[in-house]
Amino acid sequence: MSCCLPAAAAPGASHGASLAASGDETRLASRAIGEGLRQSEFSVPGIRCGGCIRTIEHALARIDGVVEARVNLTAKHVSVRWRETCAPPPIVETLAAIGYRAHLAESGPGRDDRALPELVRAMAVAGFASGNIMLLSVSVWSGAGADMRDLFHWISAAIALPVLVYSGRIFFRSAWGALRHGRTNMDVPISIGVLLAFGMSLYDTIDHGPHAYFDAAVMLVFFLLIGRTLDEFMREKARSAVNGLARLSPRGATAERGEGTWAYVPLEEIAPGMVLLIAAGERVPVDGRVVSGTSDLDCALVTGESAPRAVTPGAELQAGTLNLTGPLRIEATAAAEDSFLAEMVRLMQAAEAGRSAYRRIADRASRLYAPVVHSMALLSFFGWMIAAGDLHRAVTIAVAVLIITCPCALGLAVPMVQVVAARRLFEQGIMVKDGGGLERLGEIDTVVFDKTGTLTLGRPRLRDPGLADPAHLALAAALAVHSRHPHSRGLVAAHGTRSGAAPPFDRVAEHLGYGVEASAGPDLFRLGRPDWALATPGEGAAPSRHPCTVLAKNGRLLAAFTFDDPIRPGAREAVDALKRRGLAVEILSGDHTGPVEAVAHELGIACFRAGVRPGDKAARLAALAAEGRKVLMVGDGLNDAPALASAHVSMAPASAADVGRSAADFVFFRDSLTAVPLALQVSLRAGRLTRQNFALAFLYNAVALPFAVLGFVTPLVAALAMSASSILVVANATRLSLGMGARYRPATKGTRVRRQGAAALEATQ
Amino acid sequence: MSVLAYLIPISLCLGIVGLIAFLWSLKSGQYEDLDGAAERVLFDDDDRP
Repeated sequence: MSCCLPAAAAPGASHGASLAASGDETRLASRAIGEGLRQSEFSVPGIRCGGCIRTIEHALARIDGVVEARVNLTAKHVSVRWRETCAPPPIVETLAAIGYRAHLAESGPGRDDRALPELVRAMAVAGFASGNIMLLSVSVWSGAGADMRDLFHWISAAIALPVLVYSGRIFFRSAWGALRHGRTNMDVPISIGVLLAFGMSLYDTIDHGPHAYFDAAVMLVFFLLIGRTLDEFMREKARSAVNGLARLSPRGATAERGEGTWAYVPLEEIAPGMVLLIAAGERVPVDGRVVSGTSDLDCALVTGESAPRAVTPGAELQAGTLNLTGPLRIEATAAAEDSFLAEMVRLMQAAEAGRSAYRRIADRASRLYAPVVHSMALLSFFGWMIAAGDLHRAVTIAVAVLIITCPCALGLAVPMVQVVAARRLFEQGIMVKDGGGLERLGEIDTVVFDKTGTLTLGRPRLRDPGLADPAHLALAAALAVHSRHPHSRGLVAAHGTRSGAAPPFDRVAEHLGYGVEASAGPDLFRLGRPDWALATPGEGAAPSRHPCTVLAKNGRLLAAFTFDDPIRPGAREAVDALKRRGLAVEILSGDHTGPVEAVAHELGIACFRAGVRPGDKAARLAALAAEGRKVLMVGDGLNDAPALASAHVSMAPASAADVGRSAADFVFFRDSLTAVPLALQVSLRAGRLTRQNFALAFLYNAVALPFAVLGFVTPLVAALAMSASSILVVANATRLSLGMGARYRPATKGTRVRRQGAAALEATQ
Repeated sequence: MSVLAYLIPISLCLGIVGLIAFLWSLKSGQYEDLDGAAERVLFDDDDRP
């Protein structure tokens, strides 16, 4: 259980941008469960083993007011029940003290998690029924006498009827919904087949007929439910992984109420004119203007700018920006529903409405398939009516045609492939939110990347640390530890574990918006903006387009450090792989031309646009779509959300803004951008296997149909044929994981960068 | 053949008992945390959900 060692509590480690959930926020995100108790959900990514369960449960149970704490190891999740009468317990702080980073997870009643249990119950019932009916059917097939056969048919009918009502309603409901809107989907032929098979068998049972298809009807429902359940299970897994990520937008803010009193107000209640306190490390909840305080803001998620922006009183802030260094008092200038974030959501909805509806491949297939099969059944009915003149015989054969062609294999063909594909991607840290996304990804011909946070990590890194004098670097790092500014963190990271003694400082002070100042004996050291740290500004002015921080001793330049935003690991390989596939690659960034051009040049992307506003990103994607291009959008910021929603298919890293994560079809959890070509590769293979499965199902139908039309299909033959075709299709789908035995590996160069990146990503969670 | 008159009901009842047991275990959340359950069996102290 070595994994349970508490995370190193180095001073630098606590400088992560994690928000400590205040008690008020805990209360706001909890839900009442009766008996004076409230329940809060926390996501704790660090839970890894049984030891963690015990440590966490024991530590939490000791807090006053906590009634019960329960760890879910599978979901890496803790749910805590606490008494309403007490103040919200300090759960995040307690977990941090024992070395686990935790954040509040959504626990509202809005979470839709009823679909999966419903499917599992329906599948269990159908499985029970199909087993029992099959037992009875086997005895009928092995030659039970007429009386016994009737009895068994009646028992089968008695089992099948409630089961079809209970388990089959999932298909009937969806088929009815489609028919009512004048569309068809896969569930329409399924429902017709099941209902006709049951009705015909019931008629034959009453009529003492020799053949009943109860087993076929129930088995069909059972097989199809297996596919549906697996599909839903994968989606649920992806959904809970994405929901477990830290929420980046605040739930509320501390507002000034009267003279010097503060209260925590939920986001919806923030009105223009209110004065809010934004502590360092918090995100700005609504658009506002700075009243007092100076700080640096991280605008990467909002505008795509990579360099932090210094703000002073009077500056306008956009909702969603992250306050980095010092506390700010701001006056809200817009309510939450008029703020930047809400504006993005509106743009997203507009973009989504404009996107042409995508029809799943299974539905497209059924649109061709259902009319053919149904007219075939009708034709054989009329054919036999004319040929034999026996109504009962004609109906029986028509129903047999429907059953033998009932799209059992077709219904399994797509979900099975997608489940296997989603599992493969899940192992590589890529969550597939929707099977339709996999189909759409296989069609793309253009890839559009955002820059900050997508092609780059969105975290400044010291350029050429090897060139810096180690003594100066050590000194700078010793100063930088005292600041939350991203440049400081970059310096600390660059210094890392390298040795280099720094003089002990007598006094250290951070001047917000400027830098850090420290005195050691008679000497005064400053680390920060050149015009502040240097007695004669301009002395160290590096002619660089990169942001620069200087280290000065008594106003004299010691060293100048320049920073850039490191390229995400695997970005180069990813872009090359995409280009090799013949895809057009393009950058759309809200950042300035300089940094965008640098990144585009480094990655060899010819087509880039800088300074693009969020609405224009969506407009650009709409223009590409109008040219008939199918675009994959990869982006992370709030400003990318409308573009993600309007793209043919979209991907976002786990560090993306909340709305972006929920808009994207895929979310990748690892740092490396090779997730993009990997997902593309898997989706192409999945598309190929889906088409193969369709071909197999079609072939099977082509072989079986003549026998059915000629009236040779008995219930025994139908059962065998159906099972065989389903097994064939499922077996073909599992080839996806077999065929990709060689794991997709990016080139190993850049491992160190990746590790740094992983640490950076963890800090955002 | 009269033996079937009670053997079939018995077999169906046993099947239904199994089905109900599964549905009950599903509803009581026994499949919520399969990894955790595997670890919790090793704990010595009384660990009631």
